[in-house]
Amino acid sequence: MKLAKLTQKDDLVQIRCKVNGDAYTGTVEPRTLLVYFLRDVLNLTGTHVGCDTGHCGACTVIMDGKTVKSCMVLAVQAEGASILTVEGLAKGENLHPIQEAFWENHGLQCGYCTPGMLMSSLFLLQRNPNPTDEEIRRGIDGNLCRCTGYVNIVKSVKAAAKKMRGVEVTA
Amino acid sequence: MGHPLKRKEDRRLLTGLGKFVDDIKLPGMAYAAILRSPYAHARILGIDVSKAERLEGVVCTLVGEEVAKLTDPFLQISSPPANKLKDYCLAVGKVHFAGEPVAAVVAETRSTAEDALELIDAEYEAVDHVLDAKEALKPGAPVIHEEVGSNVVFRGKWDYGDINAAMKQADKVVKKTLHFHRFSSTPIENNAVLAQYDKATGFLNVYSNNQMPMFCIPWVSFALKFPSNRIRMVTGDVGGGFGTKIISYPYIVLISLLAMKSGRPVKWIETRTEHLSAANHGNERAFEVEIPVKNDGTILGLKVKAWDDCGAYTRYEPAGATIWAQVTPGCYRFKNFQMEFLQVMTSKCPVGPNRGYSRMQHLWMIERSVDIVARELGLDPTEVRLKNFIRPEEMPYVTPSGGVYDGGNYPESLSRVLKLIDYWRWRKEQVEERKKGRLIGIGISTILDSGTNNFGQVKITNPENPFSGNSEGARISIDGLGGIQVALGTSPQGQGHETFASQVVADEFGVSPDQVTVLMGFDSAVNPYSHQSGAYASRCAVMGTGALLGAAKKVKEKAAKIAAHVLKADPESIEFKEGHAVDRDSGRKIPLWQIGNIAWVNNVLLPEGMEPGLVAIHFWRPDFGLPDEKWRLNQTLTYSYQSHAAVIEMDPETGKFKILKYAIVDDCGKQINPMIVEGQVHGAAAHGIGAAMYENFEYDEDGQLKSSTLVDYLVPTALEVPDLVTESMETPSLFAPKGIKGVGEGGGTPISAIANAVEDALTPYGVEISDSHQNPQRIYELIVKKRKKM
Repeated sequence: MKLAKLTQKDDLVQIRCKVNGDAYTGTVEPRTLLVYFLRDVLNLTGTHVGCDTGHCGACTVIMDGKTVKSCMVLAVQAEGASILTVEGLAKGENLHPIQEAFWENHGLQCGYCTPGMLMSSLFLLQRNPNPTDEEIRRGIDGNLCRCTGYVNIVKSVKAAAKKMRGVEVTA
Repeated sequence: MGHPLKRKEDRRLLTGLGKFVDDIKLPGMAYAAILRSPYAHARILGIDVSKAERLEGVVCTLVGEEVAKLTDPFLQISSPPANKLKDYCLAVGKVHFAGEPVAAVVAETRSTAEDALELIDAEYEAVDHVLDAKEALKPGAPVIHEEVGSNVVFRGKWDYGDINAAMKQADKVVKKTLHFHRFSSTPIENNAVLAQYDKATGFLNVYSNNQMPMFCIPWVSFALKFPSNRIRMVTGDVGGGFGTKIISYPYIVLISLLAMKSGRPVKWIETRTEHLSAANHGNERAFEVEIPVKNDGTILGLKVKAWDDCGAYTRYEPAGATIWAQVTPGCYRFKNFQMEFLQVMTSKCPVGPNRGYSRMQHLWMIERSVDIVARELGLDPTEVRLKNFIRPEEMPYVTPSGGVYDGGNYPESLSRVLKLIDYWRWRKEQVEERKKGRLIGIGISTILDSGTNNFGQVKITNPENPFSGNSEGARISIDGLGGIQVALGTSPQGQGHETFASQVVADEFGVSPDQVTVLMGFDSAVNPYSHQSGAYASRCAVMGTGALLGAAKKVKEKAAKIAAHVLKADPESIEFKEGHAVDRDSGRKIPLWQIGNIAWVNNVLLPEGMEPGLVAIHFWRPDFGLPDEKWRLNQTLTYSYQSHAAVIEMDPETGKFKILKYAIVDDCGKQINPMIVEGQVHGAAAHGIGAAMYENFEYDEDGQLKSSTLVDYLVPTALEVPDLVTESMETPSLFAPKGIKGVGEGGGTPISAIANAVEDALTPYGVEISDSHQNPQRIYELIVKKRKKM
């Protein structure tokens, strides 16, 4: 005899939300985490999982204007929400100034923490267009990186801030 | 070459288009989850998977008994009797550390697989365990693998010069007991395997993030009893490795077995807790050190006993038992050296390579010892270093154990870092601040960052090991439209191989790097490889360049002949410039596309007798030897080096300290891409700082890991890693192609620089630092102990 699955089929829930400006509808188990909804249901695999305890920050996305660690949010909590992921940063072939700045300043190596790091940087710069080094470090302290030692990430965010304020940057 | 070219990899990584294992979805794919031992040492009385198998959505299960029937134990590289150890991808009969896999489930979804684990009834009978290397040697200690008979993996003695004479000649013999702790570089992407057994072709396709996918083929092939020529290994983007992803072959075998059993592609993504508790820790090592010295600071020799704790299995060990000897004397000239090295198993997570593998423990011991000597003789630690450094005019320098240092200027490196950090000003300030009750500490360390290993080193622990030298493959083709494509055997994890290879090849053909396409990742069905291919041991810039230059030479020679034939010129006078083959004598030229066209689709125009096509594979190997009867061997090709200087401020009321300034001078020879080099220097420094100040794998008395999540295992954030002031020197390698030296591991330099700074700060208390982990609680306890005596 088969044991019934912990989640019954009729327990599945439908979620409607906007991701990167597009409207999506998906069906998930109630326990599904937002990050797996994005990755497995919507196929937006740019958002990564590094720890599933909310500490590494690789899964950071912006939900209704605020950064969340999408492994700490249930997909059902995103019902009706507007979400921005790394895939939504560039406009066509044109990279977002933060992406450009990370590229020019070697703000990434393996690239696994990068999507979350970009989202936290964007959230920081939206609130504080001209942060000090210390403020940048505080702004990204929920995102772990093991490759860069953060030195070039801080440099990248600083350069991005200038770009976004319209200041000429020489890399 | 030499330009800080923006990396080719970055656009996809910045836009969320990176290709990591977990991003791959195959049709019909199922997911695996692993049940792990809660005990450090226990007999398995029974594992009942029947309930789990009845859960809706479960595809199949696997337990150790079945694994023992289906597979052979993994190859062992120890000499007898340690090689009798039986290691399977799931525990058979007994578990040997908390976290060891005991059963696995495949299900339609990740969550169902995890649910099913809870339905498995596993019964154990706990037996005594042992967590300390010295304890594990005592008579009556629990034996972890009965088939080995004891917990000893390797026992060896290196003896050079005359250490006893040095002891007699010494004004003083400094004696210390030191301990190097367990930690790991913990990449943000955990281990991952996706295996697919294709019944139609008989191929086993393995997508993983292993760092040496072709090196692990013998382990995978023999264990699975599956022919090596039908195993296809694929890696894509890899989210950091740092050595820790070298020994994931048990998981490759496990997931492959599950794929064969279930008839489905099976994906397994390690959780962070699995990674921290059961993937790969760095070697823990205890030392007893005796250093004969003259009163003027001259170090006459080094006598060491080392106990290396390799955990419950030998997955890459006992390689670590000899790899330290790449850098036997560190940067110093002493000739008398004795090392008694014991590698021992304990009931803890197995160890394996970790950024600075085995050398960082050894170099930490040396750099700590040098500072202890300075303190005991009342000399400045920089003075002792300068007195004992190998001099630049002594290069190439042959070490007592046969290492051949390929050039460098250690005194200049040190003096540059002192200038960078403003050492003498801090020394003055330190005295002034002490009067006000502020404790400033300054720590220095100069270490070697050896790269491109000679596998012959593992013949020291077992002469029967079928490994020696090192090799790498590259393929370059110019297609019928003139497009240049490059494939390498190196399987990068963020080091920018697509970028550096483009730079090297672009220079050879006189084109710009964006005209060269380098294949991403690695695919054994596509890329050239040797079984030594991979990204490890700071080898890729050197080995990759060697292979690329060889392949480029072959392609250029053929292209020159075709061009000369068309231009009616001498092939010797053909040069490659701006996408053309140019006849130096007449100035006439033809574009690369025309040469490619002739080679591939217009071959009647080829010179008579010439084979069509314009592609070459080259395998490059450095000139390496085998160990002699005294185990003397040049164990690596290149010896980069770094000097670090740290200024800290200590709070004696808490034992907590912060870094006020940190400076690094690096010399990795000629640089292909200075931006990438600097990034590697930063990253290695951050790992060392994390290890010195935060990261520690400690076990409780029951053998349970106390830091099995990122809540307890403290990976430094941007707030903990200070700004790093860096400077480069470029002393070309005397032996490697283009004078390049490997870079990346950094030798764990901050671990000694910070230990030295902490002891320096605590000078007023006379506290001695004997551990590599500067835990505030331990420091505070040391201060309190000294205060009581004051």
